[in-house]
Amino acid sequence: MMGNSIVRSETFRAADYGLFAALTLGIFVVCVAVGSVNVPLGHTAGALWNAVAGQPQAEGTAASIILTSRLPRVICVALVGASLSIGGGAMQGLLKNPLADGTTLGVSNGAALGAVFAMTFGIAIPGVPFAGTMVMAILFAFLSLIIILSLAYRLDYSLSTNTIILLGVIYSMFVASIVSLLTTFAGDKVRSITFWLMGSLAGTSYADAAVLAVTALVCGIILLKCARELNAFAIGEDNARHVGVDVRRVRLVVLITVSALIGVCVSVGGTIGFVGLVTPHMVRMVVGPNHKRLLPGVMFGGACFLMLADLIARTILSPRELPIGVVTSLIGAVVFLAIFFRMRKGR
Amino acid sequence: MLEVRNLSVRYGDLVIVDEVSFGVGSGQWLMIVGPNGAGKSTIINAISGGAPYSGSIDCMGRDIKSYRPHDIAKIIGVLSQRYQISYPFTVGEIVRLGRYAHSKGVFAGGSDEDETAVERAIDLTGMRPFLNQSALTLSGGELQRTFLAQLFAQEPKILILDEPTNHLDLVYQKQVFALISEWLKTPGRAVISVVHDLSLARAYGTDALLLHEGKVVSQGAARETLSPENLNSVYDMDVFEWMRTMLEQWVEN
Repeated sequence: MMGNSIVRSETFRAADYGLFAALTLGIFVVCVAVGSVNVPLGHTAGALWNAVAGQPQAEGTAASIILTSRLPRVICVALVGASLSIGGGAMQGLLKNPLADGTTLGVSNGAALGAVFAMTFGIAIPGVPFAGTMVMAILFAFLSLIIILSLAYRLDYSLSTNTIILLGVIYSMFVASIVSLLTTFAGDKVRSITFWLMGSLAGTSYADAAVLAVTALVCGIILLKCARELNAFAIGEDNARHVGVDVRRVRLVVLITVSALIGVCVSVGGTIGFVGLVTPHMVRMVVGPNHKRLLPGVMFGGACFLMLADLIARTILSPRELPIGVVTSLIGAVVFLAIFFRMRKGR
Repeated sequence: MLEVRNLSVRYGDLVIVDEVSFGVGSGQWLMIVGPNGAGKSTIINAISGGAPYSGSIDCMGRDIKSYRPHDIAKIIGVLSQRYQISYPFTVGEIVRLGRYAHSKGVFAGGSDEDETAVERAIDLTGMRPFLNQSALTLSGGELQRTFLAQLFAQEPKILILDEPTNHLDLVYQKQVFALISEWLKTPGRAVISVVHDLSLARAYGTDALLLHEGKVVSQGAARETLSPENLNSVYDMDVFEWMRTMLEQWVEN
């Protein structure tokens, strides 16, 4: 029993934020310290602190490795993890389906198609670096969502798991074939496009981090404001309508927000699969299904998950590096199966 | 309170509901009765915004479409026929969502009024022992009562119930019907419900709407509308004879 009040007991409290933030910060420092050159944790923390506080750095290469290459990368990884995860968590609530995610729905591939399109044909917005790719990725992510969901609603109004997943698979294959087609026109860019498609955040910059941070912040706030509505959707769309949720408006807001999150992440780091599936599933086991707790928890959890996946990708075959998407997809496929089994047994 | 005029619902060429008109006023309990496929649930779907229709539905003298979603939810509350739960929300969380329309906004959901409504709804439906239990672990009847509690927490003026006692055993059937007729005694309230059980429809309904293949066969006061003659023609069997046979099972000779 949570106190004597049943109405006021569903928020993510300051202590919860503190706990999740501390965990995230801890993993962050470890991920910045560990790599092809290991920097002792104390030095790493010191270098980070000096950078934050604006104090001069100690002599040596360690600080420069950390600040010029590892720090921006780990920040980007954390932000992409948080963004993809909160997007996945919101989708799973909206569609009342724990298997819904940018990857399973084919939205990430759709966004990738947009980005590859922009790269191949050099679509750019003058004066703003990599904005062309990003806008195309967001646009294609949104279009993909609209296509998949209108097909799903038409085929099966209850949006059953089978319908959604099958449509996602078919759509992904369709989009992947168009991507392959496009890359044959890409000429000398094929290699970089292929590596990017597998999902990698190597070589990301502070500019990337800034874009990701703004996106995560704005979209995160929008989704957190929709937490009650998402709870209603997660119980059932009809029920949401009956209790007074403006289902059309909320659905549109969430779909646009999720498209923006996925589009920006894909344009920065390629298709990093299953992050939005794995994190909400794990965080739900800790904080429960209520989106008021789940969404904040998922942002931190997603950052932790992807930072650890990136650490594995960087170190397991050192000095060679795996694309981070390979690691997340390996884990994601297993978690997908676990959720699927549990859903089937529960029936 | 609610006026439905010339309501028709079509899926493609298929006419599910054909030019149906009816209304409910304060203190009325309208029973929508008819065999499977008569269009009963579709009428309820149309009123609750879940199915496109032609014709007009007026609520409190205004077109129902002119209301914003959270405003209409303060007037009309709906209990669906089936609920499927995907996530382990607690009973308390589901009941609390009934207050959504009353407390919109980011920091909403904590007024004393909300709390009283939720507490009362939980006690009315006997769901207090289940308050922190996951809805995934509930039986069909317990789940039905959870959503009934959500409906009472919503404090609407018109209840729309699609098979309200579908999953309930006799004890709760009796309790739910007694609860609703008690609720109806306050002026300015009305109930519309789809019911399969003809005895319940005659016993509790003030009015009835008898449907067959999307068309109105008879409507008016419950007892006259649900007369043996009307029921026989709609169900294509001797309903009265069947009821008597059933009763004889109980009467010892």
